[in-house]
Amino acid sequence: MSKRITIDPITRIEGHLRVDVEVDGGKVTKAWSSGQMWRGVELILLGRDPRDAWAITQRICGVCTTVHAITSVRAVENALNLEIPVNAQFIRNMIISAHAIHDHIVHFYHLSALDWVDVVSALKADPIKTAALAESLSDWPLNGRAVMTQTLEKLKTFVGSGQLGPFTNGYWGHPAMKLSPEVNLLAVTHYLQALEAQRHANKIVTILGSKSPHIQNVAVGGVSNPIATDSQSVLTVERLLALKPHMDALGEFIRKVYLVDIAAIGAFYAEWTKYGAGVMNYLSAPDFPMDSKGTQFLTPGGYIPGGDIAKYKPITAFGDAYLRDGVEESVKHAWYNYSKPGPLHPYKGETTPNYTDFQDDGKYSWLKAPTFYGERAQVGPLANVLCGVAAGHKPTITYATQVLDTASSLLGSKIPLAALHSTIGRHAARAVRCGVMQDVMQQNWQALIDNIGKGDVATFNKPTFPKGEIMGYGFHEAPRGLLSHWTVIRDGKIANYQCVVPSTWNAGPRDENDKIGPYEASLLDNPIADAEQPLEVLRTIHSFDPCLACAVHVVEDNKEVVQVKAL
Amino acid sequence: MRVVILGVGNILLTDEGVGVYAVNELAARYDLGDEVEVIDGGTSGMDCLDQVSGADHLLIADAMRSKQEPGTITRLAGDQIPAFFKTKISPHQVGISDMLGTLNFHGLMPKNIVLIGVEPKSFATAMELSPDIAARLPDVVAALVAELTALGITPRPKAA
Repeated sequence: MSKRITIDPITRIEGHLRVDVEVDGGKVTKAWSSGQMWRGVELILLGRDPRDAWAITQRICGVCTTVHAITSVRAVENALNLEIPVNAQFIRNMIISAHAIHDHIVHFYHLSALDWVDVVSALKADPIKTAALAESLSDWPLNGRAVMTQTLEKLKTFVGSGQLGPFTNGYWGHPAMKLSPEVNLLAVTHYLQALEAQRHANKIVTILGSKSPHIQNVAVGGVSNPIATDSQSVLTVERLLALKPHMDALGEFIRKVYLVDIAAIGAFYAEWTKYGAGVMNYLSAPDFPMDSKGTQFLTPGGYIPGGDIAKYKPITAFGDAYLRDGVEESVKHAWYNYSKPGPLHPYKGETTPNYTDFQDDGKYSWLKAPTFYGERAQVGPLANVLCGVAAGHKPTITYATQVLDTASSLLGSKIPLAALHSTIGRHAARAVRCGVMQDVMQQNWQALIDNIGKGDVATFNKPTFPKGEIMGYGFHEAPRGLLSHWTVIRDGKIANYQCVVPSTWNAGPRDENDKIGPYEASLLDNPIADAEQPLEVLRTIHSFDPCLACAVHVVEDNKEVVQVKAL
Repeated sequence: MRVVILGVGNILLTDEGVGVYAVNELAARYDLGDEVEVIDGGTSGMDCLDQVSGADHLLIADAMRSKQEPGTITRLAGDQIPAFFKTKISPHQVGISDMLGTLNFHGLMPKNIVLIGVEPKSFATAMELSPDIAARLPDVVAALVAELTALGITPRPKAA
């Protein structure tokens, strides 16, 4: 007999995600992913000055502030056909790489590691054996006996005092927990150290973006950081030099801790490489432009149909027609009405709510269902890593190989690249992309220093808005995947604005042809050991780094739905 | 002594952003001195971790739905705070409570936390407070000033 499990909310960062699964014979047989809050930001933007859109869109979400700011200015610049100074690209690139690294580290260690790591089991660990294991995997200086013993003592005091703090909602003792006490202790130790690592990333964003969590320095046409070699109030070479130790420390943590931990977790949970593949069409954007136009990128992106990297087709420039013309959104299963049947392109996008109830075969989500040339696509670091491999992108291949080799040696058998099409593979890809991005950050830092050295201190090209109608779109490979903003500008004012966000691609409901989305597809066949504690569902959903704030769109008269925060 | 004043909320949703409006107003009207840092936290959690970490006192301003008259100002302190930020089901996602939980585990928890909550009237999609709540803003700012004064800090009104 099948049993229905509803998890609501699955995220609580602003707006939330509800997931329903039917379980039969100990595994998931049917799944629904539903965004439970509508967001009206697109409507707020109508009639406004396009130069202000970035500051407003970065308020959509508490986690992805920066990414909306960047994507918004790219969309407006694309509409204006406006090139920006390379210094502005370098500064933006450093901010977005630091922000993404911050997001990934916090997601893995502070948000999802506890799906895999049993904190209470770590209390039974032998710190000497833990240190021996850690030192066999990495030459990270903070893997020694003294450190492990210290973590154990701290954990004992903490658990003894009856306050599990961030661990209160962990699943210790769950039958799906498989790590040895030593591996658990190692993971808790790195959880603690990750706090310091994320601090370096945050520092970089703050130094360049003037403020965190909401950066202040973006502008349509570039950045508002004037560069000078002598003034205190602007971006000086001295302040740029101050970034370097933070970048180095962050890079070391990624290479020696994060990439190693993910390989270890992957090896010890090797069976999870068989679950969670879901939709195997992958879509990602190239990013980190190094020229003023946005035609030369440090990381590639494109489309891979059916998981076959031989069929990779690249996206090559800002304004790329292949991406621009392929995107549509369906509301057949979403709580909206369109003025005509069929899906709509974002430029023609409509935001007219039509709330029904949760209807299994009808409408059941505030998320629209995006498609790429009619097909569902998975976005996120995994999509980006696979595109990197397909494109022969060396840094991606290097870090991916490092993770797969480390995991293979721990497991004692070869783990192929195809293992990445999985729940655990999404976590691995996130670490691989962090490896790539810490290199990207260093490259942009050097490029900026070199360019200033040549006497080029330009950071801004002033935009001018023509009479009449223009349209443009901007894309960004954000921490959760491909993010795009689409805008129509009439006489210098916003006439339409649509955000097609990563979580819409991944968490969207069934589409025009009733095909299930990536979250839903990834849950099918997941084992469920205990229907009362569906940890396996959380593992797979968390592997996407869910964040629904920006994916969902509202009904003002339904206060239940609009309830926003943990109150 | 280091005091952090954190305004949280979404300024795109009318009164949901009251905490942010309140701390911005406080910073605009008063010179708070070097010991006080004002943060517009928006809807972030973990992104505020570093700034809150190791503060002696944390003062949070937020919208608070407790079924009272719109505009009601409530003060919570101590153990009431973690309970306030807990949701019905939490698969350990971030937010203020996880930020505090993380600080707690690391031994970096502010010694003293006070929350000033304001009962909202509207969560409509708009970038300003509803008139009723906007009218209460000076009282919210006054409540924050009173908290600072109790800590021995004297906010000095800025020249108009």
